[in-house]
Amino acid sequence: MTPDGKKTALDAVDEGPRPSEAPSASPAGSSGDHPAEHASVSALVERFGDAVLRHSVAAGDQHVVWIDASRNLEILGWLKDDPEHRYDMMSDVTAVDYGGGQTLEVVYQMFSLTHKRALRIRCELPLDALEIDSVVGLWNVANWLEREVYDMFGVTFRGHPDLRRILMPHDYAEGHPLRKDFPLRGRFSRAEQTRRALDQSIEHSYLPEEIALGREPQEVAPVVGTLDSDEGDEVS
Amino acid sequence: MSRRTVELEVGGSREMGVDGSPVLSPIAPFDVPEPEIDTEHMLINIGPQHPATHGVLRLVCELDGETVKKVTPHIGYLHSSFEKLGEYRTWNQIVPLTDRMDYLAPLIYNCAYVMSVEKLMGIEVTERCKVARVICMELDRIFGHLLWLGTTAIDVGAFTPFLYAFQERERIYTLHESLTGARITTSATRVGGMMADLPEGWTDGVRDFANTFPDTLAEIDCLLTNNQIHIGRTQGIGAIGADDAINYGFTGPNLRASGIDYDVRKDQPYYDYETYDFEVPVGQYGDCYDRYLCRMEEMRQSVLLLHQALDRLPDGPMDVQDPSITLPSKTDCMSDMESMIHHFKLITDGIPAPEGDCYYPIEGSKGELGMYLVAEEGGTKPVRWRIRPPSFVNLSVIAKLAEGHLVSDLIMINASLDIVLGEIDR
Repeated sequence: MTPDGKKTALDAVDEGPRPSEAPSASPAGSSGDHPAEHASVSALVERFGDAVLRHSVAAGDQHVVWIDASRNLEILGWLKDDPEHRYDMMSDVTAVDYGGGQTLEVVYQMFSLTHKRALRIRCELPLDALEIDSVVGLWNVANWLEREVYDMFGVTFRGHPDLRRILMPHDYAEGHPLRKDFPLRGRFSRAEQTRRALDQSIEHSYLPEEIALGREPQEVAPVVGTLDSDEGDEVS
Repeated sequence: MSRRTVELEVGGSREMGVDGSPVLSPIAPFDVPEPEIDTEHMLINIGPQHPATHGVLRLVCELDGETVKKVTPHIGYLHSSFEKLGEYRTWNQIVPLTDRMDYLAPLIYNCAYVMSVEKLMGIEVTERCKVARVICMELDRIFGHLLWLGTTAIDVGAFTPFLYAFQERERIYTLHESLTGARITTSATRVGGMMADLPEGWTDGVRDFANTFPDTLAEIDCLLTNNQIHIGRTQGIGAIGADDAINYGFTGPNLRASGIDYDVRKDQPYYDYETYDFEVPVGQYGDCYDRYLCRMEEMRQSVLLLHQALDRLPDGPMDVQDPSITLPSKTDCMSDMESMIHHFKLITDGIPAPEGDCYYPIEGSKGELGMYLVAEEGGTKPVRWRIRPPSFVNLSVIAKLAEGHLVSDLIMINASLDIVLGEIDR
């Protein structure tokens, strides 16, 4: 700033980007109404009361509602089936880890094809109890999305029909990569990572039930895929 | 089922019948019940290195004869951890990561990412930039669909459409190259604008492409749309109803083939798409053939959009005129002290973001492509960068679609979903 109090262009660098004068052109996630109002948010508060923890408007016009994680199935099911709301499309299920021991949040991004409305629901989970009810029974799309959250963050989805790793190998032993306490290069040294990769047998990448096809399941060696048991190789 | 033995005196040579009794050689097929042989189900592994899986995708199929009983897709072979890498990079440094995900339509990913960052920061880009990005995105929608068209045609045995489609793709590659210097890894966008203004004559190249491409498309259309083999291989294969398609998370042409007219460009419009004149093709049966028809029509609509966008491309600055977002020009940087400081601050610190989160969906070539960003106050790097990959969700439905079909149909279904593994594994 100049001595006479005028701002120079240089000050803008410290202040960060100016918010645009014009209203944002994109109504992505908007309700079409006043940005502070969203029909589903007021209905949620009215119906579920204390289970709706707080509400905020993000990025100008996107409505975010924090709900009680233990009642997520009930609330999301209501949002999906109630004709006034009908969030029939679950766009995305993901999670956010803020690090530093803060709660991890599971995020549901929903869209209503009937009312052309978007809504984001977030559930806070304490790090020592990463468990939440699965919504696969409501939206089948959540199957893989929840598997990915489980794989990347270690959140257990109760009632998920097929909860196993999806992007990482199913015998991956280094933890959950998108957690903030996970180092960028992984927990093991490069040498250890290489050794484990070379130690894998082909059967390691088959599921036990796949190998058991046409045979009694007990014929399958009990552990396929844990790294400590190389005896598991004698499957075929 | 009752048994009717067909005996025809033709050759006279005796053969073994189904139940072991001798029969005379038939010339017409028997009307006999399916033999109840105690068959074991077979486990067949397709991929990860297989040309028909369209990338490093592995499908483990449980087969009864040639009928698919169950498909288990295994993904992750291309996992590059882009979301984790993004947390260690400033907003603009992430741009090169984006085009490596969907390398079949890189400009759409470039645009989708910076659009979500701009939404998060409340930046309004210039009019010229908006239209330029629309041109880029529609060009790459054609680009992505052409690859799908060529490779899918190969999967049903038609080789010529592949050559025609790749000839046209090559022209878009050339346009990519003159726009960004790269053919695939374009990295064309920056927060608040583009890497550079459109090069001279580039719009003429796009116009030329938009003028001549429909002819090639019509030729491919002649080869496939009424082709008996193609119809036989695609109609009624991998059909999914509208309600299931929504519930399983289909988006893009796959969803529209089932009769739902959900298109992000129409339903949550961005970049003035509501002012463009174009239609959203919708199918009826949700089978492979409808998905084919939808994509073919989408390419024609994209050509219309290209023409309209080229017509309205205004002059003026490409980048936001804000020194805290846009890098100064190299000349200014070398001659002007203030510009040099701006440059230094932007490169070393990055652009500070407000606290909050933002989900920004756009219509990618494969479906709803959403970027979810979480930032902390003044953060120059995302706390979380999440890509909602359309292919990932579309692929998860393959187990349902392929059940009860033949293995050869599984290949067709997989092709008709238009997946790209770079985006699925990220």
